Order: sequence, then C-alpha cells, then structure tokens
Amino acid sequence: MRYRVQTGQGGSWIVALAALVIVVVFAALPFFGSRSLMQDLFFVFTMLTLAQFWNLLAGYGGLVSVGQQMFVGAGAYGVFAAAILWGINPVAGLAVSAVAALVLALVSAVFVFRLNDAYFAIGTWVVAEVARLSFAQWKAVGGGTGTSLPREARRNMWGADWVEQVTGLRAAAAMDVVSYWLALALVVATIGGIYWLMRRKTGLALAAMRDNPQAAASAGLNAGRIKLAVYVISAVGAGIAGGLIFMQNGRVSPDSAFSVIDWTAYVIFIVVIGGIGTIEGPIIGVIVFFLLQSLLADLGSWYLMVLGLLGILIMLFAPRGLWGLISGRTGFALFPIQRRLFIEERED
Amino acid sequence: MIWVDTVVQGILLGGLYALFAAGLSLVFGIMRVVNLAHGDLIVMAAYLILVLVTALNLSPLIALLLAAPLMFAVGWLLQQLVLNRTVGEDVLPPLLVTFGLSVVIQNALLEGFNADSRRIGAGSLEIASFSVGPITIGVMPALTFATAILVTLALQLIFYRTALGRAFRATSDDPDTASLMGIRPGNIFAVATGLGMVVATIAALYLGMRANFDPTIGPARLIYAFEAVIIGGMGSLWGTLIGGIVIGVAQTVGAAIDPEWQILSGHLAFLVILLVRPRGLFPAGGR
Repeated sequence: MRYRVQTGQGGSWIVALAALVIVVVFAALPFFGSRSLMQDLFFVFTMLTLAQFWNLLAGYGGLVSVGQQMFVGAGAYGVFAAAILWGINPVAGLAVSAVAALVLALVSAVFVFRLNDAYFAIGTWVVAEVARLSFAQWKAVGGGTGTSLPREARRNMWGADWVEQVTGLRAAAAMDVVSYWLALALVVATIGGIYWLMRRKTGLALAAMRDNPQAAASAGLNAGRIKLAVYVISAVGAGIAGGLIFMQNGRVSPDSAFSVIDWTAYVIFIVVIGGIGTIEGPIIGVIVFFLLQSLLADLGSWYLMVLGLLGILIMLFAPRGLWGLISGRTGFALFPIQRRLFIEERED
Repeated sequence: MIWVDTVVQGILLGGLYALFAAGLSLVFGIMRVVNLAHGDLIVMAAYLILVLVTALNLSPLIALLLAAPLMFAVGWLLQQLVLNRTVGEDVLPPLLVTFGLSVVIQNALLEGFNADSRRIGAGSLEIASFSVGPITIGVMPALTFATAILVTLALQLIFYRTALGRAFRATSDDPDTASLMGIRPGNIFAVATGLGMVVATIAALYLGMRANFDPTIGPARLIYAFEAVIIGGMGSLWGTLIGGIVIGVAQTVGAAIDPEWQILSGHLAFLVILLVRPRGLFPAGGR
C-alpha cells in the first residue's frame, strides 16, 4: 500500500504571502499611524500572544490553567527588579522576565502536576495567589503598593533614541514605538513558533495524546514530559509578554501584575470565543474581544457579563468557537496543521 | 497559652472553610467536576439572605429557611439547563462554562449591589462570647463550627443511609448501569447540585454574619474550599472538615506571626500537604 501524508493545503502560499504583507504593514505603521492606534495594537498583540500560549496549554496540551497571571506577574517584576535593583536596560530585562517565568514554572510544576483536570486548574490558581502574596512582601520593588519604572531606565530604553532621530517623535512616543515593535515581534514569533511546533512531531504527539491517551502511551509517548514542556513554554511566553506589557505601562503592582481577570479570564474568553485548539481561533477571538471592548468598555461590569455569557453560549452551542464555524463548513485553514492521509494505491 | 488560643480560634475558623467546601466536596464526589463558580454562588446566596433580612425585616435564621429552597432551585436549574450539557469525557467544557458563570455572577452582583462591603446583622450574637478556662470563645465561631459538624453529619447520613444517597453513589460509580436501574443521571446531578447550593446557603449565612463581604470575594472562598477538599482527600466528607480545620489553623498561626501572612500561610500549608500527601489525608477508597 502506498500512501503519503499531507499537511499543507492548496493555496497555502497565498496565505503565507498575505501574512507577510500584513506583518510588513504593521511594522511600517509607526511611520504613518497615530500613537493611539499603536497603543491599541500593542494591547491586541500582547493579548494575542497570551491567548496563543494559553491555547497551546489548554487547547493542544489539555492543561486548563487559571494561573497564567503568575507568569505575567513574574515577567513584569523581572523587568522592574532588573531595572531598579541592577540597573539593567528594560529591553534586556525581558530576558530576566523569561528566566523568572521559567524558574516559577519549574517550581510550580512540582505542585500542580500532582493534580489532574479541574484540580490542576484551581491548583494553578492557588500557586498564582501564592506568587501574588509573596511578591507583595518584596519591599525593594514596592511591596503591596507596587512601584514605577525609574525615569532614566525608561529614557535609556534601547532603540528609543534611534526612533526619536528617525521619526522625529517625542521621547515618550518613541518609547511607545519600541514597545510596539517588540510586541509585534513577539506575536509573530509566537504564532510562527507554535505553527512550527504543531507541524513537527510535537504537534502530532499532542494531537495523539488528546485523541487517545492510551494509544499514544502505547506508541511510546511520554505524556508527562510533553505536558511539562508545553507548560514551561507557555510560562516563558507569558512571562516575556508580561514584562513587555508592564514595561510599556511603566508601573507595576502585585494586584495588577497578578490579575486573574486581566491576564487569564480575558485570555480564556478570547480563545473560547475564537475557537480553542486552533491557531486561527485566538486571532479571531482577539479581534472580537477588541471590538467588544471598544463598544462596551464604558459599561463597566456589563461588559464582563456580556463576555462571560458569550463564552458560556459558545462553549455550549459551538464548542469549536467562531473559527470552528468557518472551518467546519469549508475545511479551510490559514495555518494547516491537520495531517491528511492519502492512499494512492491498494495492493488487495 | 497564647498559642493554644490561636490554634483553637483556627480550628473554629476551619469550620467556616469546611462549610464553604462541603458543597464542593459533595458535587465532586458525585460528578467528578469542579464548579469554578462555587465561591460566587456562596456570595450570591449571602446577598439573597441580606435582601431578605433588610427588605422583609426577617431574622437571619428565617431568611436562611427561605433562601435555602430558592438556592436549591437555582442549583437544580443550573445543572438541568446548563451544566448537564457539559457532562462528558472532555473536562474542558464544564471548567470553561463554570468559569464564565463565575465572571457573570460577580459582575451581575456588582451591577445590582455596587462594590460596597455589606454585612448581615446578627444583633448581640455578633459579639457574644463565653470562656473555657483561660480561652475566650466567640459564640458565632462556635456556632459556625457546630454547624459544620452537623452539615457533614447530615450529608454523610444522606449519602450512606437513604435511597437518594444510594442513587448518588450508584451514579457516581457507573452512570450507565445506574440508568439501567431506572435512574436518570441528569436528574441525580441536578439534585446533587441543588443540595450543594443548600449547603452553600448555610455557608453564606455565616460568611455574611461573621465578616464583611462584597461581590468580588467569591474566588478566594472557592480557593479555600478547594484546598480543604484536596487536603481532606477527594470525595471524603469528614476529610473535607479536617481540611478546613488545617487551613483555618494555618491561617491563624500565620496571622499570629505577622498579620500579612494569614492568607499566604494557609496556601503554603496546602502546598506542603500536596507535596507529602498528594491524595490528601483521607483519600476515599483507600487506594
């Protein structure tokens, strides 16, 4: 029997070309776009990054976490501690964010991986609370009330001078441009990285574990190790995003950096509304989320109620999300990761 | 002596946490799902009691008697209309739906009652106390603790001595075979969630009488309840009571060292137990 396994679809190169054009336009935006547009897009890019990593965790890895705010917070404090205590440039501080998230991920894994399913979810929430309360005790970075990024650290941000000279923008706007480019780079690297991961053996392993854990184990997959890897990757990603978000914000406090609503609830709704378990889903989700927020943000708690209800309705009646409704009808995928088996010739 | 006092107060505080956890433990024992909105439903019940007490000028106990059947209905309907649709092999839907519910309830309460902290007035009971040797015990904490024991006892009796309890256990063990015996798992789940809400209402009464509450405190109660369930061993009702006591004692001892450490030390006690006894102190089935 001859067969081949195909992952790509006809027209994939059109999608790739379109993606390239979109990224180039976004990258050139600071030269013609307004500052508020860039701030909006910064928000969209960072939320999309968090959503992609939560989706990797829950949608592909089957690990529903309600504790991703721990890594956002660790990343945020990474940048601030590096700048305040050791005088490290905030952009370089993002490396400290990644390391802080990595360390917390490895330590917390010892605890949360003793729990399964729903208990894993609340377990991650507990360790995130422990992290929040512990960081609130760290007096050198402001304790419970938090602290600001020192002026000189903001002024010396790598690349800001260059942007100032090239675009003629004021210092504050130039710093926004640097943050914006970093966010764009982060989200492109995230989507590209996850797509690459899913098309490799890792993606096949995750799909196998999700579809039939017993069969996957008997084929020699070590589920524990793969899940740990997914947990750590998602943690580091969220950590870098957190460092970037609070570097741009300029102020950090335990309650804002470890906020379960901002960094986990919103992210879960983005993924669920868009479509869990796909790369396209979070992209659709973040667009819907941003539109809803622009329309309803003035309504305060009504906004969150609408978001919660929408999440519940989608989970009940269209569990594959908005993208699932589209791709379910057409079989179309922007990021094809499904493997199709074509049997070319039968011997019997 | 001060340490004995601290531990006694911690044990009594544990009664409150055990009440938060009893409903969660019951529902988990039967359905193997965790309702992430459990804490917010407790807070919702507290507001229901508050409304009954202030609007109808009822005593808190009478308000509880009215609120309990209402909350049973809320739980029953919630399970029949929403949560039964999510029961299945996949753990994602029930988690995400109850997480959404948690956010919806919190914000609905914020919209209906604003963010001010409230309290259910209990008159002279609030400050009454009695002495046992050198230790002074508040009547309210003692009452909470006694209620926690009674609730655990009552659930234990329902679970092991009644036809309903038999149906609970049968559905928990094997829903398919149970349905061959004329049991509808969906209905059993709805009754279990309703019962869980009755226990949550009792917990809400003490929550509201002992301290201030506002719409956003639900998730923290869920976490305490969850820790109590895990420490006690999943599915063991008496274990949950002990788990609540462990959290309570850890918190008061932590607070005695430094007031800022109260909540943190409760969580740390949970993590330590998770490390040394991952299946809890009294795992059901003894496996």
